Amino acid sequence: MTSEYDSYRPPDTGKKKRRGGRGGGPGGRGKRGGMFAGRRGGGDGSREMPMVEDVEFTSYYGRPIVKHAPWGSPIALYLFLGGMAGGCGLLALGAQLTGRATLRRNTRLTALGAIGVGAAALVADLGRPERFLNMMRTLKVTSPMSLGSWILSGYSAGAGVTAVNEIDRLLGERLPLGPLRRLLRFAEAPAGFEAALFATPLAAYTAVLLADTATPTWNAARNELPFVFVSSASLAAAGSAMVTTPVAETMPARILAALGVTGDVVAMRALKENMHPVEAEPLEEGPSGAKLEWAERLAIAGGIGAVVGGGNRIVAAASGLSLMAASALTRFGFLEAGIESTKDPKYVVEPQKARLAERRARGVTDDSITTGA
Amino acid sequence: MRGSLTHEFSGPTDPIADVHWDHEHAHSRKGFFTDTSICIGCKACEVACKEWNRNPQDGDLQLLDSSYDNTGSLGANTWRHVAFIEQSQDRIEQARESGRALVSLGMPQVGPPAARAGAPVTSAPGTSAPGAGSGGGCGGSCGCASGADPAAEAHAGSQSGCGSCGTGSGRVTEAQAMSAIDAAMAGQSDLDVAPPDTPEFRWLMSSDVCKHCTHAGCLDVCPTGALFRTEFGTVVVQADVCNGCGTCVAGCPFGVIERRDDGTISPPDGHAEKPKVDQEIPNPRTANKCTLCYDRLVEGQTPACAQTCPTTSIKFGDHDDMVSKAHARVEQLHAQGMSEARLYGANDNDGVGGTGSVFLLLDEPEVYGLPPDPHVPTRDLPTMFKRAGIAAAGMLAASAVAFLGGRR
Repeated sequence: MTSEYDSYRPPDTGKKKRRGGRGGGPGGRGKRGGMFAGRRGGGDGSREMPMVEDVEFTSYYGRPIVKHAPWGSPIALYLFLGGMAGGCGLLALGAQLTGRATLRRNTRLTALGAIGVGAAALVADLGRPERFLNMMRTLKVTSPMSLGSWILSGYSAGAGVTAVNEIDRLLGERLPLGPLRRLLRFAEAPAGFEAALFATPLAAYTAVLLADTATPTWNAARNELPFVFVSSASLAAAGSAMVTTPVAETMPARILAALGVTGDVVAMRALKENMHPVEAEPLEEGPSGAKLEWAERLAIAGGIGAVVGGGNRIVAAASGLSLMAASALTRFGFLEAGIESTKDPKYVVEPQKARLAERRARGVTDDSITTGA
Repeated sequence: MRGSLTHEFSGPTDPIADVHWDHEHAHSRKGFFTDTSICIGCKACEVACKEWNRNPQDGDLQLLDSSYDNTGSLGANTWRHVAFIEQSQDRIEQARESGRALVSLGMPQVGPPAARAGAPVTSAPGTSAPGAGSGGGCGGSCGCASGADPAAEAHAGSQSGCGSCGTGSGRVTEAQAMSAIDAAMAGQSDLDVAPPDTPEFRWLMSSDVCKHCTHAGCLDVCPTGALFRTEFGTVVVQADVCNGCGTCVAGCPFGVIERRDDGTISPPDGHAEKPKVDQEIPNPRTANKCTLCYDRLVEGQTPACAQTCPTTSIKFGDHDDMVSKAHARVEQLHAQGMSEARLYGANDNDGVGGTGSVFLLLDEPEVYGLPPDPHVPTRDLPTMFKRAGIAAAGMLAASAVAFLGGRR
């Protein structure tokens, strides 16, 4: 004891681990710090007394309850690229309609590149890539993955036709297309519309894909995640246009970037606030939390750059890169946060017990899976 | 006519009719009732399951550091998993307390209606104490508190050491016991129904299995149709269709289904660095889980785990029967003073519309590694689509604004 006030401190149990309820004792119990205990108390001796009693929860020796999808970096990459392709589809149609030829060409090429790499990443992450066509053997409304496969296919058709036209023109009509060329040119404008039709579903469905799972942090994000994802897709596409296209034609991209950043920041905050604090934890802490924090910083920086300095080619390109990085970090961070939320049973048990207790407090006692008789 | 679309996503329903099995092929819904109160932890179910389904070995057969468990959890290769939990006296007291709280909530009643409201009517011959019919107590002869709640009453009995008055045997009879054991018990007039003293410690043993949910998260989100609802109401993966996308793994609120990525997909803690076992691995890199022995069911056989279980802890049969048996059994245990007994999955109004595999547990579900309030993620899918639609419209509007505002 170094000071008389030390006697007011709670005894240090040495079990202040916030992460990893795996430390649960032989009774299978784990302890979690108070709601804010983990964020305070650095090594500077200024540890605060926890304001909330430690929540004790029980688990089967700290073992996870739900399993996470076997999805790694390829899926996060697809979330980023698919979203960016969707945004590019809209920018390409806008450019097509307003006669911005360079913006149109560049966004179409970006869209095809992004969707091509993204789809390849999706197939590569399958357990049995050779069976990827099984995705097309049915159309199932209850399966966001099934709907997404059709959306992706629909989008790719239009994006492919428009981009091949651009490539052909870039190469001085030297592609050996023969009579196909006339058909391609004829289909070009309608294909731009067709791609744009599938562009917004392409950017939004991945949010439902993640939210329609039992993965605690993903499922808890179900109401706000679509807004985060379309915003992230918009700012990524706008960013890519600002990188590839001279400033004379990027005014729409700069506006879209500003709107996207605003939506992204606002929706992400709302998303975290509407969650149980435990479910939001992986979005704020650890490697996934750090990614999302950086995503927000880069998005804001890129957004300000786009609005203020978007008239300067160098600043515009730097802002565009910053926006694209922000979107990629959002997708990687969110994917990883969900996977993190399956690794400790506290993410399942605490929010579920809380909502069960909340319903019982409201007098709803007939919908529990556990019954006394 | 089926109800609205949302009705098919959640709430009580008949899963066999929902997928339009015709009368010629549809069977009655099959399921398990796993009564953990008589599980002895022999793991015969795990072994029989592995052998019948030719599932690869999980881990290195060493016990985990925590208990007598060596498989840890259900997974691609472990379709029956026996959990072992050692508990001290205070934990047992807590379990009894939480069980009593459940009873007093007045849960929905599906099975035989008698006695559940807390006024057991004694009808057994030889129980003639006045007042036993109305209050459910022992007629005051033992001096214990005669509460309206059978569980509370039983608890009071345990404190006073009362148990010789024989009222409990009447209650057991009243429970319309269905098994042979129950019938035998009812026939004994001198049956000892003393509520057990709280022991100093106990082992909980429970054989977990796929729940074969009424609304199955894995089945809903499967994009290929590899997962399907059988004519027995169970949920089965077609290994030759599954392309291993892994969506079902995240879709299951119980953490049951898993992609079979290699022979030792979930190496137990501390043994992760052990080399993989050299073994034949059927259906690699596809999703795998309990089929409720579909191949045996179509031949009219009992699933391997239920057939091998030496204590009848794993019961198999028509789902409705299983649920009634479960209700009767929990009532019987309550009558014996085991207020910690409760059912898991026997409520059609729960988040998954009731489970095909019903469990009798002796503590809160999370103690066994089961989620305390699971729901099928698809329950909220209509709302999610709506939100996604609004978000998509917003994105379209933002693009329009960008081009209108960006006019040169």
